[in-house]
Amino acid sequence: MRGIRARDFTAAAADTASVGLSLFPLGVSFGVLVVHAGLTWWWATVFTAVIYAGSLEFLLLGLVASVTPLGQVAVTALLVNLRHVFYALSFPLSRVRPLGRVYATFALTDEAYALTAGEHARSWSGARILWMQALCQGYWVSGATLGALAGSLIPLTLHGLDFALTALFVVLTIDAWRAQRDLPAPLLAAASFALAALLAPGQVLPAAMAVFTTSLLIRYALRRRADSPVPDGHRHPVPAGAAAGGEG
Amino acid sequence: MPTPFYLAASVAVSAAITWGLRALPFAVLTPLRRSAVLRYLARQMPTGIMLILALYTLREVRPTVWADVVPTALALAAAIGLHLKTRNAVISVLGATALHVALSTFWPI
Repeated sequence: MRGIRARDFTAAAADTASVGLSLFPLGVSFGVLVVHAGLTWWWATVFTAVIYAGSLEFLLLGLVASVTPLGQVAVTALLVNLRHVFYALSFPLSRVRPLGRVYATFALTDEAYALTAGEHARSWSGARILWMQALCQGYWVSGATLGALAGSLIPLTLHGLDFALTALFVVLTIDAWRAQRDLPAPLLAAASFALAALLAPGQVLPAAMAVFTTSLLIRYALRRRADSPVPDGHRHPVPAGAAAGGEG
Repeated sequence: MPTPFYLAASVAVSAAITWGLRALPFAVLTPLRRSAVLRYLARQMPTGIMLILALYTLREVRPTVWADVVPTALALAAAIGLHLKTRNAVISVLGATALHVALSTFWPI
């Protein structure tokens, strides 16, 4: 049993090496910003350990610095993280044992979703998935804590560290593309983003994801019509309801 | 200045909503996983979602400011080039970020 656990941990450490290299420096820059916002250093640890949603934490820092009402904090959290509802479509939660699912859903970040989205993750055990998520959070929390401590000691800022997040998503896009070479999907995504940026500049992320999901559903329907009629019992237009959330 | 109570409440509200958004859809969507349309979505979505997230992280780049555009464009090219060439995410992320830090720190303002 112990041997299997050690193997899962080692595998997860290798799985998360690249993600860690972007989460850690990004955590450091978040920690520095926490101190710059006037908060005590350990709030960086609290934010990253308890909320654990990177882009929301960066936004929240600006909100709490200006003592924004809690209702508005709640709405922001809802809009920024609305995209996570889509991750339930493919995240292999059923492989995680029931007790572990509490943590697996809590730590279902963009990075955790991306790591499990690829072809190679099909064989991952529940323990390996949990270790992967725990390690990702470990990089993030320790980076933020160190950054906040360093930021309260040294008044120096490194500009441009936040590009690590962009580089990470670029790399994940290329990897996902290699798993599923289909040009229309990324083109639809880029067009959805442009549309969302034009029409809903305040909530680009959920709007773009809703438009993208809707366009994939339309494409699916068109394709079915083009193909011969295949009998199929599951034809409810399901996730449109979940997708519509960001669209109004 | 925010009080510790207000900060703790903000953290609790944000954490509860985030966890809810991550956990509740499983109850709704898991029984539907076998449907053909959901399998189609699960296969088609990752590339597009990652692309949308990548574009979203660039929202603070001001398209008319050279000091913003040049380091970002060069670092993006480095990330794409390195990853196509090496297929090693560690090298790609680290190399592109180091280039971006160097360029945005030393760029003549």
